[in-house]
Amino acid sequence: MKPLINSLPETVFTTKVDDILNWGRASSQWYMLFGLACCAIELMQTGGPRADLDRFGAVPRATPRQSDLMIVAGTLTYKMAKRTKLLYDQMPDPKYVISMGSCSNCGGLFQLAYSVCKGVDKIVPVDVYVPGCPPRPEALTEGLLRIQDKMMRERWLVKPAKVADEQPSA
Amino acid sequence: MEAQEVYASLEKLFPGKVRDFKSEVREPYLFVEPTAIVEVCRFLRNAPGFRFEVLSDLTALDWPKQETIQMVYHLFSYSHNHQIVLKVDLPRDHPRIATLENEWKVANWFEREAYDLFGVIFEGHSDLRRIMLPEDWVGYPLRKDYVEQEEYDGISTQRAPLVEKLLR
Amino acid sequence: MLFDFANVLVFTALGLGFVGVNLLIGKLLRPANPQARKLSTYECGEPAMGSAWVNFNIRFYVVALIFIIFEVEIAFIFPVATVFRRWVEGGAGVFALVEVLLFIGILFLGLVYAWAKGDLEWVKKIRA
Repeated sequence: MKPLINSLPETVFTTKVDDILNWGRASSQWYMLFGLACCAIELMQTGGPRADLDRFGAVPRATPRQSDLMIVAGTLTYKMAKRTKLLYDQMPDPKYVISMGSCSNCGGLFQLAYSVCKGVDKIVPVDVYVPGCPPRPEALTEGLLRIQDKMMRERWLVKPAKVADEQPSA
Repeated sequence: MEAQEVYASLEKLFPGKVRDFKSEVREPYLFVEPTAIVEVCRFLRNAPGFRFEVLSDLTALDWPKQETIQMVYHLFSYSHNHQIVLKVDLPRDHPRIATLENEWKVANWFEREAYDLFGVIFEGHSDLRRIMLPEDWVGYPLRKDYVEQEEYDGISTQRAPLVEKLLR
Repeated sequence: MLFDFANVLVFTALGLGFVGVNLLIGKLLRPANPQARKLSTYECGEPAMGSAWVNFNIRFYVVALIFIIFEVEIAFIFPVATVFRRWVEGGAGVFALVEVLLFIGILFLGLVYAWAKGDLEWVKKIRA
């Protein structure tokens, strides 16, 4: 049985169903704990009581199989890059990546180092870049909310529109 | 025991193998011939009065103009509360030295690091392979003439600075 | 009385139907992009090596065994409890009570044996 993805015409009913699905997904982004370095401390604090990620429905998962968001927090070395790619591949669709901090955005402070991969977007496609060294919990929360906005704009049941910047991510 | 006395005793016991003691620095050091490093270290570790139980650090320096790679050993004694630094000059094109793994177990990892970053071969080491960099890395990064490779594992090692990208 | 069984049938059908409909909706609405790397075994980012079948702790077997025995005992006591009132009215109440207590007593001896042997401890002390 083929999935009904992107196959129905755009009616009030189907777009409302899409909205409900997207709202359900956006309100329960389970992120994979991928703290590599100092940004992991801020990631833990963002998940902690003062700046709570759990109130957005985002709970940490230790395994890629149960997560739909990967927050790459910290410096990515070449040695780790291969494993990062495999972990990203093992996440089920639909998946998103937040690049947290300077080191995973572009190599950051260690950009001249021989062993540092200059940015995690060299190996996985990144949806939201959160700048900072390390980013404050409020900044990471804003990143999560931007991913929520991105999720709400997607279309599942509805056939994709012809305009280039409205491609769904099915 | 002062570092000067350690040097004096070593000079007496290993004539011709130690030289060039420097004492005006915060950590006085002396030079040892590469062939004698194991017996000097064994003596310093076991002899009463010296008792350097701890190898604090084992690292290297690259002097391309003098064509040497200089090994540096920091020894410390808990029982007598003194320390000494030993330096060994190795030829830069084939740096080989005997391993100190049998005296201090911690030398196992220190020597793997020196091999990883400088390319110094430790004869007699039980497991000489790269410790921090990936197994298939090419080159010894802490040498002064190290050139970063263009690509590793399909990932480009270069990244255009953001200002350039925005101006393009 | 047969009508009560129809109740059970309806409940079973509703339960199975609920689960089935949810799974069906999921199948229709979720994306399906199986790829070789996605289906590979998870081992913290490294390629998987060795078999995933490891020996499990034998203590679970002991706990499960003791549980089964006493669970069956409880399952035997339930029907006695349902008809007990009728026996009391028939005059054989004391006899039934003594019989049930004897049954529980024999199995209690078994529990005491397992207790004394240390089979109820998760971390066993080594008797020097």
